[in-house]
Amino acid sequence: MATAVHTTKQLRTLNYRRKDNIALLVLALPCIIYFFVWHYLPMAGLVLAFKNYTYTGGVFGSDWIGFRNFTFLFSSQDAVRLIRNTVGYSIAFMIVGNFFAIAVALAIFEIQSRTQTKIYQTVLILPRFLSWVVVGYISYIFLSPTQGVFNLILRWLGAEPVSWYQNPGYWPFILTFFNTWKNVGLNSIMYYAALMAIDTQLFEAARIDGANRWQQILHISIPSVISLLTILMLLDLGRTFRGDFGLNFQIPRDIGLLYPATDIIDTYVYRGLREGAFAISTAVGLFQSVAGLIMILISNRIVSRINPERALF
Amino acid sequence: MRTQAELRQQVVLNIILWIVCLFGFIVPLVIVITTSFTEENSLIANGYRIIPRETSLEAYRLLFRAPGKMIDAYIVTILQSVIGTFISVLIMGLCAYAISRKAFRMRRTVSLFILFTFLFGGGLVPTYILNTQYLGLGDTFLIHIVHNLANAFYLIVMRTFFKNIPESLIESAKMDGGGEFLIFARIIFPLAMPAFATISLLGLLDRWNNWFTSLVYIRDESLYTLQFLLQRILRDFEFINAIAAESVTNIDIQLFQAPTESMRYAMVVVAAGPMLMVFPLFQRYFVRGLTVGSVKG
Repeated sequence: MATAVHTTKQLRTLNYRRKDNIALLVLALPCIIYFFVWHYLPMAGLVLAFKNYTYTGGVFGSDWIGFRNFTFLFSSQDAVRLIRNTVGYSIAFMIVGNFFAIAVALAIFEIQSRTQTKIYQTVLILPRFLSWVVVGYISYIFLSPTQGVFNLILRWLGAEPVSWYQNPGYWPFILTFFNTWKNVGLNSIMYYAALMAIDTQLFEAARIDGANRWQQILHISIPSVISLLTILMLLDLGRTFRGDFGLNFQIPRDIGLLYPATDIIDTYVYRGLREGAFAISTAVGLFQSVAGLIMILISNRIVSRINPERALF
Repeated sequence: MRTQAELRQQVVLNIILWIVCLFGFIVPLVIVITTSFTEENSLIANGYRIIPRETSLEAYRLLFRAPGKMIDAYIVTILQSVIGTFISVLIMGLCAYAISRKAFRMRRTVSLFILFTFLFGGGLVPTYILNTQYLGLGDTFLIHIVHNLANAFYLIVMRTFFKNIPESLIESAKMDGGGEFLIFARIIFPLAMPAFATISLLGLLDRWNNWFTSLVYIRDESLYTLQFLLQRILRDFEFINAIAAESVTNIDIQLFQAPTESMRYAMVVVAAGPMLMVFPLFQRYFVRGLTVGSVKG
């Protein structure tokens, strides 16, 4: 008798479970469908990388040409330039961006007035709310060859004005500047939070031992953000092959003369799409996806060794 | 107790930070505004300045005389931001709730299915072909909604948040006969309000500032988003002249010189200004979105 009751109870929970499972699956379904259609179906389109795309043939009817798109790509000057620029900018942004974010966080952390702290953080975060298009307008105010602020200053100093938009040499600095400008506010807040988490007794003890503010920064503040810095750098490393299309497209205004310094994989793929070079563009995109996947797996592996809490998966 | 040296250090640091904030961040934004109020010839002669030599409201007058394109862009931007963010947060919330439940037997499979899209994808060209040639979404309003509707990273952030809600709460609601959707709406949603607010604001900001979708998919000018309208105006001389010409039908267009430069910046002020006032009010949500640290699978 007792066992029979037990079984019906079990049966009932089992029924419940099945009903629950179906209900939960229904809730998850819209998202599953979305990811299937807009993330998994395009993966099938990657076959284009191995085809000679023709409009009449489409994705599946065009002829297979093996790796010829890739051999064409890697034997051209483009490949070297694209990889160098994409990876180079990622690394530059990672180093310069984190450096300034930490410097700003340390400076604001030293400020004793709460109101001042709030003002600085609010002002520094403002560019984060602007689109790259608007940042493009702002950059033009400074870089415009005839009316730009930089050239006004140069002329005022008696120097020759510079044609910024005709000279690729300046662009690594310009792009790094604007990337840092847009992101430093929010990133510094992350480091600021890490500094706020430090036990104040540490500073007290250091002060009693006779350490001045500078020594406290050097021996307490900086070491305590190092672990966050390591993690963030590693996560950035996973994105080395993913460029910022908005930055590299809007600030140099898609000017061909500047491509040697500003063209990254993402802008190249977009131009290919515009010009109808679907197969080559897909090949470049596939290369980017595969290289990106490898980098993410490497970075995630290292992160999970150092701090499993921070690992993505 | 403050020593003399500490006081001096405070003053020096404050001065440095004020200079950085003022010249690096406030002045560039101010120049955008003053440029829009500058008389065109003075602008060409003297360049971009913080304080214009000659002010003029001509740019705004022209802009508001024929604001058709801008109003269209505003409507498209508002609709796609609000509708898109609502649907996006709703479907991500439902899915995140499902995969946060231990009772859901397929939660690992579904999580992996979603997480994989974060690691690998088809890229721009295959997505473009799918949207335009197979789904017929090119040049439609719907593409604004569909683009980036769900995002693996946000989904995992939400799931992490939901996992902190005690299972016993859900179990007891179930005893009272609540269905899964009801539990989501009545228990999870109110408890996870901060997570929903954060993800909504991040989504809203992305969508408000979106120009990429219009750049790739939209040809019809009445379906442009604000930011893309701005981009066309900045790049395209013909385009700004066409907008200016719309507002001066009675005057001989041949003789009319549009103040294109100040008009451009007036457009930026009108397009980007309002939201630049609004978003900073919700700053703490953006900060929280950034510091939602432990994102574990």
